[in-house]
Amino acid sequence: MTEIVLTIDGKEVKAKAGMTVLQAAQQEGIHIPTLCHHEKLEAFGGCRLCMVEVEARGWTSYVVSCVYPVAKDIVVRTRSEKVDKIRKVLVEELMAHAPDSPELIRMAEEYGADRDRFERSASFCIVCGLCVRYCNEVKQKNAVGFIDNGARREISFIPEVARKECWDCQECFAICPTSYAQAAYLLTEALAFPGQRKEAVKVKKAPKPKRVIPIMPAPVTT
Amino acid sequence: MPKLQSAAELEKFRAELLAKRDPAKPCIAVCAGAACDGMDSAAVAAAFLAEAATQKLDGKLEIRTTGCHGYCEKGPNVVVTPGDICYFEVQPTDVPEIIAATLKGEVVERLVYKDPATGAKAVHMSEVPFYKHQTRLLIGDNPKIDPMRIDDYFAVGGYAGLVKALTTMTPEQVLAEVKKANLRGRGGGGFPAGSKWETTRNAPEKTKYVIVNGHEGESAAFMDRAMLTGNPHKILEGLIIGAYAIGAQKGFMYTRHDMPLLEKHVRQALAQATEYGLLGENILGSGFNFECELHFDVGIFVSGESSALMRSIEGNAPEPRPKYIRTSVNGIWDKPSNLNNVETWANVPQIISKGAEWFTSIGSEKSKGTKLISLSGNVVNSGIVEVPMGTPLRTLVFDIGGGVRDGKTLKAIHFGGAMGGSIPADLIDAPLDFDGMSKLGAPIGAGGLLLMDEDTDMIEVARYLMDFLVNESCGKCVPCREGMQQMLQILTRLTEGQGRKGDLELLEDLIEVTGVASLCALGKTSGDPLKSMFRYFKPEYESRIVSSAGGSDNK
Amino acid sequence: MSEQNIDGIIEKYRGQPGSLIHALVEIQHENHWLPREVMHKVADALQVPFAQVMQIASFYKAFSLTPKGRHEVHVCTGMTCHLRGAARLRSKVEEVTGLKDGETDADSRFTYETGACLGSCSIGPELIVDGKHYGRMTPEKVEDVLKQYE
Repeated sequence: MTEIVLTIDGKEVKAKAGMTVLQAAQQEGIHIPTLCHHEKLEAFGGCRLCMVEVEARGWTSYVVSCVYPVAKDIVVRTRSEKVDKIRKVLVEELMAHAPDSPELIRMAEEYGADRDRFERSASFCIVCGLCVRYCNEVKQKNAVGFIDNGARREISFIPEVARKECWDCQECFAICPTSYAQAAYLLTEALAFPGQRKEAVKVKKAPKPKRVIPIMPAPVTT
Repeated sequence: MPKLQSAAELEKFRAELLAKRDPAKPCIAVCAGAACDGMDSAAVAAAFLAEAATQKLDGKLEIRTTGCHGYCEKGPNVVVTPGDICYFEVQPTDVPEIIAATLKGEVVERLVYKDPATGAKAVHMSEVPFYKHQTRLLIGDNPKIDPMRIDDYFAVGGYAGLVKALTTMTPEQVLAEVKKANLRGRGGGGFPAGSKWETTRNAPEKTKYVIVNGHEGESAAFMDRAMLTGNPHKILEGLIIGAYAIGAQKGFMYTRHDMPLLEKHVRQALAQATEYGLLGENILGSGFNFECELHFDVGIFVSGESSALMRSIEGNAPEPRPKYIRTSVNGIWDKPSNLNNVETWANVPQIISKGAEWFTSIGSEKSKGTKLISLSGNVVNSGIVEVPMGTPLRTLVFDIGGGVRDGKTLKAIHFGGAMGGSIPADLIDAPLDFDGMSKLGAPIGAGGLLLMDEDTDMIEVARYLMDFLVNESCGKCVPCREGMQQMLQILTRLTEGQGRKGDLELLEDLIEVTGVASLCALGKTSGDPLKSMFRYFKPEYESRIVSSAGGSDNK
Repeated sequence: MSEQNIDGIIEKYRGQPGSLIHALVEIQHENHWLPREVMHKVADALQVPFAQVMQIASFYKAFSLTPKGRHEVHVCTGMTCHLRGAARLRSKVEEVTGLKDGETDADSRFTYETGACLGSCSIGPELIVDGKHYGRMTPEKVEDVLKQYE
């Protein structure tokens, strides 16, 4: 595979053709924050937190590093006044939904985001799509999907599928940055098929009960 | 009708057609464009046909239902030839009088145009102020064509461009001509069509597609629908020429699902073109094969965005892709796909038949040709107009548009719908030009020009536009989905008198971040109307904060 | 019978996941809404996950996931209509029908929707009932127009 040489944060990086800027940075141990990114999933480009500044052929542009392919001689900056501002405001927008998400709190500290800048909204979901895409691409069960559009977009567990698949899996619960996926599943179960989730096959010994990941307690803030 | 299998056969057919048509025979053309149709022009057309049948006038008088003439404000519109006599606000009860006058070669005085100030009458189209200041290269044929009859298109010289391209030019020559003409996209991007064609042509994949974007989601832009409904063959001809130049074998016409007449006319055009051998295999004996399908949107604005539109044609949700994945290389099913707007395609036949040099003689230095403008808002003469690029806005607003309704003064002019901008009345002498208008902060967009009078609340306009976009967001990316929602909340509070100190600064931050970080043009340009408001109308915004309840002291 | 027609539409697109939107558009046109069982049938026949059918059906506003009324009442909220007073027209229609955007009344008489720009800007503001245009509307004329529709 051809080698591509680019610069990231002043460092010369040798990447392989076909890599994204994010992959090249990670290879060098350069940290770029992400939220909707997951190694097992196709790049989504939804959260925009991994945006970086790219200078190529005399033009400066802002691109999402999880999607943007490495190219010869581009100069990438993972931090700058503009990049930091973008991340700060995006985190503030997301914290209107999920002010207690550990990942968001960490980023808020790094970028000086004010968790109270925007009025609290009723939904904890930040529509990162990790659960939907994981269930679609990795588990291939499609038990949870997106519905509606724009600010009304939500995740929705399909009861007909969820009752058969979710209890034995629960893998999306752990990847959810706000713990909403687990809550959404439990609510769907309670409303649509209470007490009717598919149980694990009965064996002579009672099976070890599945561990439900507890919802993170609200961090102590001054 | 046997297929036309060569240029010679087509020209012979055309000559025979014209020989059978008597230019002196009177013809009454009734407009069935969207507004006229909404004013029941169908009843007018039916009345003409009924009266002509009763009087047994077949052979002495032709009645024709056409697409949009352009003077929507004064519909139902009727144009009588010879003479291009224009009658306005025609009702079924006027029909016997019009027929009688037409057969005698006379004019029905009470139905012609009257100047609102002086009362002076204008009978012929070339005298009517609305029409006389226009250069109607594209829409001028509409009153002469019944869209259900391909023969009408032949009669006005249709498909001559295709003949010239397929039988006397190579694909490379066609491409070169379009590049030389500097035809820029008319859908809002203003991107050079020739360059896009070239990228698609040069993409390594053999399977290529061409697409007509007839979605026209921009609010108050209605010229694409008028062209596609009124003269679908012109767009089809442009598409076939483009496909030949690019090397595409299949085309898609993508349009809205909510216009039955549009669907009927386009389906008929595709069927007749196929019947005559202008679509299908070995077109006009050139060896070029091309077929075209019709697709519909499902009622959302974002599906007018080119990459989202392609997802929609594939059967997926219309989620746009970032622009650095160029659809001219990876489009529908990842094949090179060249998408252009209806009006862009409509320009192609004339560029080929009359040449790029002729085309570049019209317009300004960097914006060539004419532009269709949907003139509306608080304007006296609303409708669809066509003027050369470089025309001062003053001509559009006053000479053609007749100024502001109800005797009010002009406050602002808005271009580009929800992703455009407003400029104040004192910039009225600016020329209609892609780059010039962009610099002023009111990019032409698709060409919807709205007049706003002195009573317009600019904050309310910004709120309204943001509300429109919020509904149309696909929801994939955070800056658009969340940022626009926050901007809408602030603007709503402002219109309700609940402005707070710091609101304008917050809006500016949101405009900046949403503009840079959004995935597609919808989010990226969502803050543009506000930007123009801040540039030209900031005092109005500032005074709204000060006069709000929480104005001077709240957070 | 509607159900037969729906099955016919589904059969036409069996095994063609790329035709999901076409199938749903035809069913919506035929049936005026998309019942959940029908969406499951579509998912099975077209080999598309139900979650995707649900996403498409809820994303696009041309689809209705609830039964519609006998008459579709539409107020244009495009920019020109807005500048010419569509907001007041909307309020009046909402008052007379008792409905908010997207709702159907309990008697299934009216479904009320708003949406932008149908291209007849010169006759704005407009009320469109079952495809018939009532242009240059004023709030005062609303009751008389809607009275005609049972």
